[in-house]
Amino acid sequence: MSAPLIEIRDISVGFTGKSGATLPVLRNIDLTVKAGESIGIVGESGSGKSTLALAAMGYLKRGLRLLEGSVAFQGQDMFARTRTELEKIRGGELALIPQNSGQSLTPTLRIGAQLIEALRLHSDVPQAEFSAKAIELLGQVRLPDPAAIMTRFPHELSGGQQQRAAIAMALAGEPTALLLDEPTTGLDVTTQAHILELLRDIARNRDMAMVYVSHDLGAIARVCDRVVVMYAGEVVLDGSTRQVLKAPVHPYARGLLASIPRLSDPRLPVALDGRPPAPGGAGQGCSFVDRCALAQEQCRSRRPVLERLPSGESVRCFRHEHAEDLSLTGSGAIPAKLDSDAVPALRLDDVAIRYNRPRLLDKLLGRDSASVATVDGIEITVAKGETLGLVGESGSGKSTILKAVAGLLPPSDGRITVAGGEALAPEVEQRSPDHLRRIQLIFQNPDDSLNPRQTIAQILEQPLKLYFGLSGDALHQRSAEILERVRLGAHYLDRLPSQLSGGEKQRVAIARAFAADPDLVLCDEVTSALDVSVQAAVLDLLNDLKSTQGTTYVFVSHDLAVVRALSDRVAVLYQGRLCELGPSADVYATPSHPYTEVLLGAVLEPDPDTAPTLSADDVVELSPPVRGCPFQRRCPRKIGPICDTDAPPWRYRADGHGIRCHHTIEDLETVQRKDVAERCA
Amino acid sequence: MLRMLLRRMFLGATTVVIVSMIIFAGVEMLPGDACTAFLEREAQGKLLENCREAQGLNRPAVERYIDWASSAVRGDLGISANGQKSIAELVGDRLANSLLLAACSLALGVPLAIFLGVVTGLWRDRPVDLILSTLTIFAMTIPEFVSATVLILVFSVWLGWLPGIVLTSASAPAAEFFPEIMLPVLVLTMVMTAHILRMVRSSVIEVMAGDYIQMATLKGVPYWRIVFRHALPNALLPAINVVALTIAWLLGGVVVIEVVFNYPGLGRMMIDAISDRDLPVVQAIALIVATVYVCVNLSADILTMIANPRLRTLHMRRG
Ligand SMILES: Nc1ncnc2c1ncn2[C@@H]1O[C@H](COP(=O)(O)OP(=O)(O)OP(=O)(O)O)[C@@H](O)[C@H]1O
Ligand code: SF4
Ligand code: SF4
Ligand SMILES: [Mg+2]
Repeated sequence: MSAPLIEIRDISVGFTGKSGATLPVLRNIDLTVKAGESIGIVGESGSGKSTLALAAMGYLKRGLRLLEGSVAFQGQDMFARTRTELEKIRGGELALIPQNSGQSLTPTLRIGAQLIEALRLHSDVPQAEFSAKAIELLGQVRLPDPAAIMTRFPHELSGGQQQRAAIAMALAGEPTALLLDEPTTGLDVTTQAHILELLRDIARNRDMAMVYVSHDLGAIARVCDRVVVMYAGEVVLDGSTRQVLKAPVHPYARGLLASIPRLSDPRLPVALDGRPPAPGGAGQGCSFVDRCALAQEQCRSRRPVLERLPSGESVRCFRHEHAEDLSLTGSGAIPAKLDSDAVPALRLDDVAIRYNRPRLLDKLLGRDSASVATVDGIEITVAKGETLGLVGESGSGKSTILKAVAGLLPPSDGRITVAGGEALAPEVEQRSPDHLRRIQLIFQNPDDSLNPRQTIAQILEQPLKLYFGLSGDALHQRSAEILERVRLGAHYLDRLPSQLSGGEKQRVAIARAFAADPDLVLCDEVTSALDVSVQAAVLDLLNDLKSTQGTTYVFVSHDLAVVRALSDRVAVLYQGRLCELGPSADVYATPSHPYTEVLLGAVLEPDPDTAPTLSADDVVELSPPVRGCPFQRRCPRKIGPICDTDAPPWRYRADGHGIRCHHTIEDLETVQRKDVAERCA
Repeated sequence: MLRMLLRRMFLGATTVVIVSMIIFAGVEMLPGDACTAFLEREAQGKLLENCREAQGLNRPAVERYIDWASSAVRGDLGISANGQKSIAELVGDRLANSLLLAACSLALGVPLAIFLGVVTGLWRDRPVDLILSTLTIFAMTIPEFVSATVLILVFSVWLGWLPGIVLTSASAPAAEFFPEIMLPVLVLTMVMTAHILRMVRSSVIEVMAGDYIQMATLKGVPYWRIVFRHALPNALLPAINVVALTIAWLLGGVVVIEVVFNYPGLGRMMIDAISDRDLPVVQAIALIVATVYVCVNLSADILTMIANPRLRTLHMRRG
């Protein structure tokens, strides 16, 4: 057996809390990484994943202290090395791809300069060849036009491009071990899948070890041989990817898996109730005890040790033999289906939206500013009580459409009407209070949408006063009632948003929307900023509100599985144009529009036995083509010139499922089935 | 970018015009005018009438404003009420003196403040930082006339190293102000260093705690290279604006220092003109100070835009 490359021995890391007590963030962690091995570290936000990855480089964030233990890289203690030694190893033999690369690139230095800096410090490439080598690296991470990227500043790249640039930088020193902290979180499914394939290839070709930190089990399943599950600063389970993802023997790992929505399962995922203890908040017993369905008396009084099982995995649980009693997959609620009485709650009639309006100068000179509309030809009807899912990659215009419905962005063409055929004024200022009340919007990030200085009571009272003129006791009582409906107790009323967890904040945002008693709720990536277990709880809540209130939703997300779990019908958007629209079961099944097919193929399931199907040269585009099919430049099933010149027709099936393509639905079905059969063989 | 520049310049010019109107209107609203001030007790009847006729004070205000403003643009600021001398000449000398004082203080203060700001930021909470930060608080809270008096006491009365008061005449060439100018420069440098230092310090601390500095560290970039290449270009961007404000302050707002040291600068001239009710001079100085203020801030914005790639592309895309 080869000697371990990274050897973390019993480390604990902590900080000094307000009370003066030392609060642990990592508790007695052991981890060994062998050459060429790739290990995944999963856990909820705050479980200490990033801290562990950084500690492996001998680095702790300001305020954190090493309490005990050691970290060795290639046999030598990282915390005992001199600064010069560390500078040589970091970015060289041992490299990091940071969480949030957008903020990790120096804003005043060009990508080229930062990449060349890495080469100068950590490679033996001669000075004259720096540029050429840098361009080669950028090409390797599949960035389009590497030479142009070299001269750009970080903010001139998209999120996915920044991520790739950060990867190129980490590869510059030809590392033997690469630490990755959430490298694909927030990226499109297609971009994510491509980056992961790239990393897999590089790791295999160079025999590079990887430590992959993520809360996304789908990504972990794709790249890792072994998975370590962390909870509240401890390792609770450590085993092969197959063991951990298929038959985990720890209750927390099982809960985590059950909370992930699956493409293949139309049921809602099961939420893990409660939340992890704050640093120092775990008592003397098991840290998971408050959320564990198997908890017994002994779990409260003693802390379980990490026990090695004959089957190879290590687990920290007294009752791991019983873990299998806990269900792994969606025993969650069946999404509520309301009988749509065909009364439309929202209608978009040939709506187009442009960001760059024709300039005054161009108009005066009679010039046709040939800008293509960002969103065009949107024709959708949402029935009352129905949930419409909107999916598409970043930049596909999902949020833009929501903004137009909410009146934040006037459409340049078309009409938006609500129930009863009343047309909505294009701008929010011109809308009647009644229209404003009936349409509510919930945003992605509750931190941005909730005023940090208002208490929860004040936040909820605003719409109640504004739309219903409530005051005094009635007002207070109603706020408490609404809070109850999103499963938060009345004692939350006096708190500030900063005193709530992410999931609780999002529930307050939902409560505020429902305080207006709306007909239509627009949800913009409402679960993307949340952990999977919290996401499951929010999905469950939305579903619950739907069945009790009969609310109509338009639900936007880049996560196809999340959309599937909640939506009755799904619309697929590419570059602001509709590609496919139909009942969700149909959209997610064959036949699909070629773009839907690409999207579905890129989804990573938390199952090591599945692989994404990607087309080799698939690059995200910045703007739609002027003529023909919007998807023409990326389409794997392109017919020929007709796709470049003629807008494809809608083709419908009996159940109202429509696909917009020059292929007939029958043709698509035949080729797609054939491909599936080939892959299986 | 060019469009943006032109727009900012246009806005700046508009500001100056509006300010000039306000100045003119303000002076207009005061009781009395240049003639009552000049004639003092005899300001009545025929004499006053003649004076007003001669000065053109009987014409409508709008006409006089246009007159005043258009000659100001040509550099003609009119005639001072009492001395009957050209204001442009009078003010010119004083402006040169104020510029000299400002230039010396800036040359000493800005590099010092930035250096110390970076040092305190990098060695945050260490003895250097604690000592310097305490001194800064002192420099900012002690009134200027107190520190000026203390310095005069120490350096000119006790030690006898530097003259404590400026005796050179207002129209003397710059070289003759040495070494008399040293003490006022010292006081100004102290105050200004304190302000800039604090700003640079907090900016350095903020940047050094940022994600990209952590990333550079974990990329194995040597510490000093991180400081100079990754941190400072970002940390010093906000300093440009603070320095601009300081320049404007130095040129128009250091009345106390000029009075204490008897320095013949613009600020003192303003005070003198006010007590003499020499309204044309007051107007002229106010206008100059306002213009300087606008110009300095405009250049600061443009410099920031050039130095900050984010703003640069933002504006290039827009315009
Ligand atoms: N500098 C610090 N000082 C004090 N506490 C800290 C510091 N950095 C992190 N923590 C705390 O340590 C715990 C672990 O943080 P860490 O960033 O490692 O979590 P994570 O698992 O990476 O979370 P995420 O998924 O959100 O990235 C959290 O409770 C966090 O609040
Ligand atoms: S030790 Fe007890 S509380 Fe902890 S995970 Fe196991 S069964 Fe649950
Ligand atoms: S119309 Fe042509 S390019 Fe567009 S999706 Fe269909 S086959 Fe592909
Ligand atoms: Mg993290």
